[in-house]
Amino acid sequence: MSLLEVDKINTLYGDSHVLFDLSIRVEQGEVVALLGRNGAGKTTTLRSIMGVLSPRSGHIRLDGKSIEGLPPSAIAGMGVQLVPEERAIFGGLTVEENLRIAALTAPNAWSYDRIYDVFPRLKERRKSAGRTLSGGEQQMLAIARALIRDARIILLDEPFEGLAPLIVRDLVEVSRNLAAEGRTMIVVEQNVAAALSFANRVYGLNNGHVVFEGTPADLNASADLMRDFLGVGM
Amino acid sequence: MPSWPVLISQAFNGLALGTLLALVSSGLTIILGTLGVLNFAHGALFAVGAYAAFVLLQYTSSFVLAIVVGCGFMLALGFLLERIIIRYFYDRPHEDQILVTYGVGIVLVECVRAAFGGNAQRVPVPSWGQGATQMGFLIYPTYRLQLIAIIAGLLLSLYLVLYRTSMGLVVRAGIENPGMVGILGINVRRAFLLVFAIGVVAVGLAGMLYAPVVAVTPDMGANFMAQSFVVIVLGGLGSFPGAVIGGLIAGEIISLTSAFNSSYSEVMLYALMAVLLIMRPQGLFGSEGRA
Repeated sequence: MSLLEVDKINTLYGDSHVLFDLSIRVEQGEVVALLGRNGAGKTTTLRSIMGVLSPRSGHIRLDGKSIEGLPPSAIAGMGVQLVPEERAIFGGLTVEENLRIAALTAPNAWSYDRIYDVFPRLKERRKSAGRTLSGGEQQMLAIARALIRDARIILLDEPFEGLAPLIVRDLVEVSRNLAAEGRTMIVVEQNVAAALSFANRVYGLNNGHVVFEGTPADLNASADLMRDFLGVGM
Repeated sequence: MPSWPVLISQAFNGLALGTLLALVSSGLTIILGTLGVLNFAHGALFAVGAYAAFVLLQYTSSFVLAIVVGCGFMLALGFLLERIIIRYFYDRPHEDQILVTYGVGIVLVECVRAAFGGNAQRVPVPSWGQGATQMGFLIYPTYRLQLIAIIAGLLLSLYLVLYRTSMGLVVRAGIENPGMVGILGINVRRAFLLVFAIGVVAVGLAGMLYAPVVAVTPDMGANFMAQSFVVIVLGGLGSFPGAVIGGLIAGEIISLTSAFNSSYSEVMLYALMAVLLIMRPQGLFGSEGRA
């Protein structure tokens, strides 16, 4: 049994049908990358798993139990944690308050020190208001909020978007370490090379359908796939 | 030009009115900020608080006891309104929320009128607040001075709840982004219930404390509600510090203008709001945050 199983979900944004019978599965300890062009349905898939959007039909199972239709707070309580594309840092709260609110309902919350070992920069800025952080620091904090909850599955939506190359390198390093420690993740990323550097398996999405499933090596071997579905020239 | 004693006396009146407006507005602003609902029943709840003090003081001579029981009553009323009405409107358009809270306000005011009639009722000043206090050349009613101190204490407690407790953390985060609070595993709707009830207690408490210095009538809250709308616009929608500072500014403007010509006091308030909206549309402490 897979840790997470998305089984033929159909999700709509208002009247527009975004996901069509979309199915993916994620095993314990695996890093899965969702790749595709803008509008392919990657973010919608993550939001459906988190419960931010309810699929019109189909099932999402965690440990074999259906979770579709539950509110995000209940799904977070089961150890699923979305790190949204817009990061959604609470600007009026300090770094430490952002961590504290994330840890509030987590039964096995990490200590701040453990978080600061992963992101030393956040320790320096722990008393700073969220709105004063740089983009890179905000992204660190967004990931840190998922880590402090000791999430079983972290859903990373465009974690490297809009960040300077040096910061992307650091964050890729952190992601790789998390993957090596066996943390299960789903990553959506336009920066295909960065995502493939720590993913075990890849789904290619196009217009709300899964059009490819395989390993990063399979994908690299197929220049056509890269070009046609991901819009990436090789 | 009014004399200095008159101006200083009016400045104290402004402080009393300002702290009161701050308390009323902070209830309004945390409900608006967290739940996204503009509570048009707020003025009616102010009157309900004043009548609660009126009724309870007929059964006990202890003002403090009456206030404590009154707070329990307002808390229960807040829970009840949220559970049976307000929560069904979180996902509805703003105009529906305005209509339903406006309707709740009318029902509350008319219930009060049916029970107590439309005539003004008197609520006695507590025994420890009788008389006047001599402050240099100024003689000022003792209870009004105490009112300023009591409400300042209440605002400080509200500040401590908001900035020093986990519940306050959830409320402050919820004002910015309720969706993300839910994603972090917190049942936002349960927090909403508490926030609504706290807002109702805040405005009810304001009504109870203010009852001894005014004529208690079913419609007494209407003017306060209009003024507290101005206050939260001045301070920035959803901002607690904004409600406090905005309340004090509004109180002083109204009172000091009255020293010159009382018919202009409200005009000045709205003029200030207009100027501020031109210069700083998000208000003094507001951010461009939530739509």
